[in-house]
Amino acid sequence: MENFAFQGLIGLSLAMYLWLISAGLTIIFGVLRIVNFAHGSLFMVGAYLAYTFYGQMGLPFGVAILLSLVGTGLLGFAMERGFLSRIYGVDEAYQLLLTFGFILILDDAVKIVWGGVFRIPPIPAFLDGAWPMFGRAFPVYNAFVIAVGLIVAVVLWAIFEKTWWGRIVRATASDREMASAIGVNVPRVFSGVFVFGAMLAALGGAIGIPVRVVAPGIGSAMIIQAFIITVIGGLGNLKGAFVSSLIVGVLSAFGTLYFPVFELFFIFVIMAVVLLIRPQGLFAR
Amino acid sequence: VTGRLSPRATILVVLLVSALFLLPWVAGKYPVYLAMQILILAVFSLGFNLLLGYTGLLSFGQAGFFAVGAYGCAKILLAVPNLFLGIAGGVAAAGVAAFLLGILSVRHTRIYFSMLTLAFGMMIYSIAWKWRDYTGGDDGLVGIPRAPLEIPGLVTISMAAMEHYYYVVLVLSLAAILAMYRLVRSPLGLTLQAIRDSETRAAFAGVPVQKYRLFAFTIAGLYAGLAGALLPPLENTVTPPIAHWSTSAEPVLATLLGGIHTFSGPIVGAFLFFVIKDVVMRFTEYWLICFGIIVVAMVMGFPSGIMSIFENRKRPVAPPGADRAAKAANSSGKA
Repeated sequence: MENFAFQGLIGLSLAMYLWLISAGLTIIFGVLRIVNFAHGSLFMVGAYLAYTFYGQMGLPFGVAILLSLVGTGLLGFAMERGFLSRIYGVDEAYQLLLTFGFILILDDAVKIVWGGVFRIPPIPAFLDGAWPMFGRAFPVYNAFVIAVGLIVAVVLWAIFEKTWWGRIVRATASDREMASAIGVNVPRVFSGVFVFGAMLAALGGAIGIPVRVVAPGIGSAMIIQAFIITVIGGLGNLKGAFVSSLIVGVLSAFGTLYFPVFELFFIFVIMAVVLLIRPQGLFAR
Repeated sequence: VTGRLSPRATILVVLLVSALFLLPWVAGKYPVYLAMQILILAVFSLGFNLLLGYTGLLSFGQAGFFAVGAYGCAKILLAVPNLFLGIAGGVAAAGVAAFLLGILSVRHTRIYFSMLTLAFGMMIYSIAWKWRDYTGGDDGLVGIPRAPLEIPGLVTISMAAMEHYYYVVLVLSLAAILAMYRLVRSPLGLTLQAIRDSETRAAFAGVPVQKYRLFAFTIAGLYAGLAGALLPPLENTVTPPIAHWSTSAEPVLATLLGGIHTFSGPIVGAFLFFVIKDVVMRFTEYWLICFGIIVVAMVMGFPSGIMSIFENRKRPVAPPGADRAAKAANSSGKA
């Protein structure tokens, strides 16, 4: 039983990385109606930038994360303003293909800049160590990740439900023409949302660096998981993304422990079944 | 659009096909090997483009059917060393898989279709990767023989020389290309294009839209399966990455390079794909970044692909507004 609860906690911290990357993906889809294939690459760039500032330049961990968010946000801004915004009018297949082109570019670009080897910087001293929990040692860092994920969830809820900005974004998401007619600067909202989503992905990548590896393939691995989560939660549904991150994170933690052979297969089965039976997502109103 | 090629195009095709048949005599092993890779990708992409260009469905799971064809062929060749059986079996397995998964997939269109095919493709990937007893897990299947082509009572041709196998790939690919050329110009192919242009209008005209989409999906699966089945005798191994979604991206890239609204687009694209890869790899290992830049440039600059440059020059362009007038006439007729 203790083992079961402990594995649940491990799953919870995994769920938080998934939540951070899928939150951005689903917000971008909800407002811009674009499935950003390159979102995993933004996660990866966030991780590499944080690694550079923290692991190589020796800046404090928190400062490194902030700088990584700024850097990835700028990259997102360039992607949206320079490319995506010019093809909003054409068929959505082209938007998918464009973001796919970004994956190819960014995956190789990080190899050119940082090399193809795996990197793991040390855990910052104030987050190192472990707490005894359920008879085992639960790393403090995992607790930190869970805390960050929950804080982001609360902040996002507050932004979207309680602020003027959140109302503008929600209005644009539900009807961009009407929003434009009442004076919302829709292109600016699009840019802002894309940059915000990119920074959420970067945060997921950045806080993972001391415990997950920093390597060129991490983006492609994460984007597939983020797709699964946003589909189960409903494309564009933020609350759904949070709940399904928890489900997928905890399930895969138990899956790798109890039935490692079928874990991957069953997660895709769940994704397909949700798409077939409730394409609007499990948690749609 | 009639099925006749223009005289100039006919000459070009005849020259190209003759050159392909003469290739083993004039070129070394490497160009022959490269030509096989191009033909395989061309077949794979043609099937993919029947879905994207002609039916309007963007599939991200074609690698799954490619892998079913490859693993099916490999398993048969490891048990019964008969090339014909291996390839036919691989194609049949992929066709059955595409038909069954197609029944489910065509219930959606647009992004939901893409996501669903991604899920199905990755399911096949996880089977190839994890079902060690049958698929060899991440080691894959090794030591697949390039078995002789044997039709009982008729012929037995040894495939020991790569050049012999090249002719098998060439003949099958050309047959597949010809069949696709006939298909897209048949009433069936035209109906698919009508569905792509307006699902509602096609449905009003009495077209059972989902059945036609399932048909296109199955054919695309058969083509992916044929491409996959041609691979194991060439490489002697199959490994799980061929089922991964990044393999699904290869026909997407090739088709986009060549152009989705031109019949020859995917074929030209497959050629460009390997030529660019080959040239870039001589200078740097980072060939994917070049592809990424090309993809971005194509989407931003020539969304209709390389071949559209030639198309536009050949065909007189309808006067502006003609299309809109036709649309207006149609919609008023519907109302």
